[in-house]
Amino acid sequence: METEKLFEKDDVNLARRSFLRYAGAGVATIGVLAAASCHKDKNPGPTTSTGVDIGAKGDLAILNYAYALEQLEAAFYINVAAHMYTGATADEIALLTDIRDHEVAHREFFKAALGTNAIKSLTPNFSAIDFSKRDSVLAAAKAFEDTGVSAYNGAGYLIQNADYLLIAGKIVSVEARHASYIRNLVSPGSFADATILDVNGLDKQQTIAQVLPIANTYLTTKVSASNYGYVAS
Amino acid sequence: MNLFGIIEEIEKADPEFQDRISPRRAAIKNITSFGSKVAVAAMPFAFSTLFKKAYGQAATPSVTDVLNYALKLEYLESAFYNAGAASSLGFSASEKGYITLIQGHENAHVKFLQSVLMSAAVAQSTQGNNGVYDFTAGGTFPTVLTNLDTFFAVAQAFEDTGVRAYKGQAGFLLGNNGALTPALNIHSVEARHASAIRQIRRARGASTTKPWIVGANDTGIGAVDGNYAGEDNIKQGGVTITSLAGVSGNVSIAAATASFDEPLTSAQVVALVAPFGVK
Repeated sequence: METEKLFEKDDVNLARRSFLRYAGAGVATIGVLAAASCHKDKNPGPTTSTGVDIGAKGDLAILNYAYALEQLEAAFYINVAAHMYTGATADEIALLTDIRDHEVAHREFFKAALGTNAIKSLTPNFSAIDFSKRDSVLAAAKAFEDTGVSAYNGAGYLIQNADYLLIAGKIVSVEARHASYIRNLVSPGSFADATILDVNGLDKQQTIAQVLPIANTYLTTKVSASNYGYVAS
Repeated sequence: MNLFGIIEEIEKADPEFQDRISPRRAAIKNITSFGSKVAVAAMPFAFSTLFKKAYGQAATPSVTDVLNYALKLEYLESAFYNAGAASSLGFSASEKGYITLIQGHENAHVKFLQSVLMSAAVAQSTQGNNGVYDFTAGGTFPTVLTNLDTFFAVAQAFEDTGVRAYKGQAGFLLGNNGALTPALNIHSVEARHASAIRQIRRARGASTTKPWIVGANDTGIGAVDGNYAGEDNIKQGGVTITSLAGVSGNVSIAAATASFDEPLTSAQVVALVAPFGVK
């Protein structure tokens, strides 16, 4: 507590109030949230035993949103590389391991850049993915990469600091390179097909409120963005 | 020479002129007092310096400037793929599929940007020689439309450079949902293309070429060094990526450079594509 900066506490309180407002279904629920959030004050948003909020509106929230997605992607590819699916070619092993290293670099970058403002480490839940099967792994990878691209593209305009926007730009194009590669593994030539692009040949951005429910299906630690219109159920 | 008369004339044509030079109004005063003391012959030089300050690199480009710059690059790319598709290059069926898809996107990007810019759109006829480009870049790539490997090498350089060009403009569209979001949505498509072309080159035997950019120029083609200048950066936002923990040991230099793509300024990009005819 004593190491916290004042504005962090303000962020926590502000986010917590909004969170409680959204969550206010029953007295018992509020009691649990309030009790759980008492000893997790280091995070910018309210934290429960199963959830975290990206916090008050602003660049820190957007960076934490990116950090959450990168945590998920890194955890996924660490699993992929540790238990490579049956029939993986040498080329697939090499390049999927590269992607793992990129996502770990992204995750560690956000963690370092956010410092004490960072949300906690998220616990993933990959029970829906069969890591021994190529189809299952690549379908999940495709979803992660395409969602990542649409998430960065959709959050770009919310960023207020040009340096942060540039860094988001540096990362999103690498995610798009991954997406292109994974899609071609799933189906050659589908690197930028009409299922993801619009008629003008543009990727389709997604909002935070659209992306987090998708991410949360792979997370035990549910991520909310109460100040951007989404609270995990 | 009536300096203020000239500025008045400029303001009729460019109402924002005072805004462009507003941080430098003191400079104008300095120039006039300076001008009264020096020979009239020295004035044109002083005046051109003032204009360079008002309209040069230091000025923030308008949204229209940014979109027209993007349009010029899309004109180049679409013409390149149109020429490739119309050539007798012997693409495999798979390669042809890739090229046709990318060609469609680049032409769609042109139409999209033209529709956004409307009458402010730069005409394609202003580019190259009456709209016709020199894809050999003045003889640097003489076999670009007769040799598949050369074609794909140039394609890769165009796509990687396109990604860098869009990235370099993002800051000028900060907070502008209407312009930034579509620009980002094109930017990531160019990155999908860049990755796909790199995958083709890898499959054709360029075994060290990956879907992502490792280090600086990883193409094996010295003529495109400038297109990859700075891609070997390992510092992001004050964080040295190679000092961060990787899966085993710290993040490698290869992963640190590949995991972040780098921007180019419009001046850098224009210099790189000028030999093809972009103006």
